[in-house]
Amino acid sequence: MSEEKNSGRATRISSVVLLIIFLTLALALVALILAASMFVSEPVTAGLLAIMGLAGIALSAYVILQLRRRATRLSVVVPPIMTTVECKKCGTKTIREFQRGDYVFKELDQCQKCDDKMMITAIYREVKEKEKEQLRV
Amino acid sequence: MSVSTSLATLSSQVATNQFGSDPFTIILNLIFYVIFIAFIFYGQRIQLYVMLREVEGSLYKLKYMKDEGRKVAVETIKEIGKPQAEPAERVDRFLEYFTISPQNIDPSGLVWKLEHILDVRDVRFKDEVKMMAPAADDTQTNNLENTLEAAMALNFIYKVIRHYYLLGKKTLSLYVIMQIQMVLPLIMKEAEAYASALKAFAYGQPIGDGAGALVAGKLMHGNETRKVPKDCVVATVSLEGRTAFVIKAEGPGGNVGKPGDAIKQIIEENEGKIATIIMIDAAAKLEGEDVGEVAEGVGAAIGGPGVDQFKIEESILKYHIPINAVIVKEDIGDAVSPLRKEIFDAIDKAIDRVKQVILERTKEGDKVIIAGIGNTIGIGQ
Repeated sequence: MSEEKNSGRATRISSVVLLIIFLTLALALVALILAASMFVSEPVTAGLLAIMGLAGIALSAYVILQLRRRATRLSVVVPPIMTTVECKKCGTKTIREFQRGDYVFKELDQCQKCDDKMMITAIYREVKEKEKEQLRV
Repeated sequence: MSVSTSLATLSSQVATNQFGSDPFTIILNLIFYVIFIAFIFYGQRIQLYVMLREVEGSLYKLKYMKDEGRKVAVETIKEIGKPQAEPAERVDRFLEYFTISPQNIDPSGLVWKLEHILDVRDVRFKDEVKMMAPAADDTQTNNLENTLEAAMALNFIYKVIRHYYLLGKKTLSLYVIMQIQMVLPLIMKEAEAYASALKAFAYGQPIGDGAGALVAGKLMHGNETRKVPKDCVVATVSLEGRTAFVIKAEGPGGNVGKPGDAIKQIIEENEGKIATIIMIDAAAKLEGEDVGEVAEGVGAAIGGPGVDQFKIEESILKYHIPINAVIVKEDIGDAVSPLRKEIFDAIDKAIDRVKQVILERTKEGDKVIIAGIGNTIGIGQ
């Protein structure tokens, strides 16, 4: 119960920030409506108001997106871990997801092709290419 | 025209020029001046609040990670250890454990004092884990100990950051909060690494730090092994016409052993007739370097509190044995999180480098020691 409460606190978005966002959004909308009504009579002022309104909407959207990203980032991501099982005699190789109890050099059941024992030869995680690209200079 | 009249005219002209004539420009200019004056007097205070807000955000993340660490530890103990009583209270007590390092006013004999303290800590931790998880076997006990240590590290990081945050808030001192805000990205990186290590330790998955142990494991696999102090195994392997004593911590449980003691014993058993020692370990890479890059050098490649490095250096000095090091580069995050494919692929490159060193630095028939350093979690022999 307390843990749920804590994680809720950790992902919360400040009500003051939300209020500011909604105020900006409301003002931006008012500016856009005014711009539309003044478009024929005062095109210069209407243009300025339209820019202000659009900027306000863009800013609010950006802040909301940032806050959402911050909230979703609060999770411990467990990457998929792969286990390579190999038969040293016939070279049969299978890659499957890691299971609790797996360890490198662990002998497993017999190979279906040659009846020799299979062995875990590798346990690893693969980092996505996208992440790697982001880090490359 | 009197002086007062001309001054009034001048000031109204300045005001008109400064603030403009239409109300919209006047309001904008006023806002600008108010902000300008506020920044002159309260600039530092505003900066302080911005920094506090940033630290607060990280503090929430750290709290989440700390709670996650505790949750994983409790769940794993319940799952593996089958305790009769609820382990949460005991876990909370464990997370608060501390170790006081020995006094260093007189440095003579400091290493042995430190070793003793670390041994006491190790025994205490193992006993506690056994009490928490009575049904766990040795491998699982070691893995649980590692899981609890990761949770402990997260708990400690959270408390330190919280301390500086509250101190900064209480004193409103920019410098108190600034020092923590400046190192925060590095601390968060370390905390995230520990958080991702939790599951790896709980499930017994190999971690990046085990690169050295994996090299030794590959070299000794298929050969008979015997136990050497402390928590290490050694296999006598024929390699490039030389006799190699391959040492690693005993796996597959989470364990680093005491390679210093193991190397010392092998040297003594062979009366110092060892042509060279090659140590393989995972080492911190610099930003810009590739993960899994293999490099070679000299010296005792071993981290930790320094006790084992000291012992190895003492032993090699006694018999004047040359020592070489092969390292696999990775960052702190990779070292404690599940083994990356790039690091796994670097293992064969490290083995080739070890063979190259043996061929270049020793003669046929010589005896060499190859020590794979690191946490052997998820790696057998």
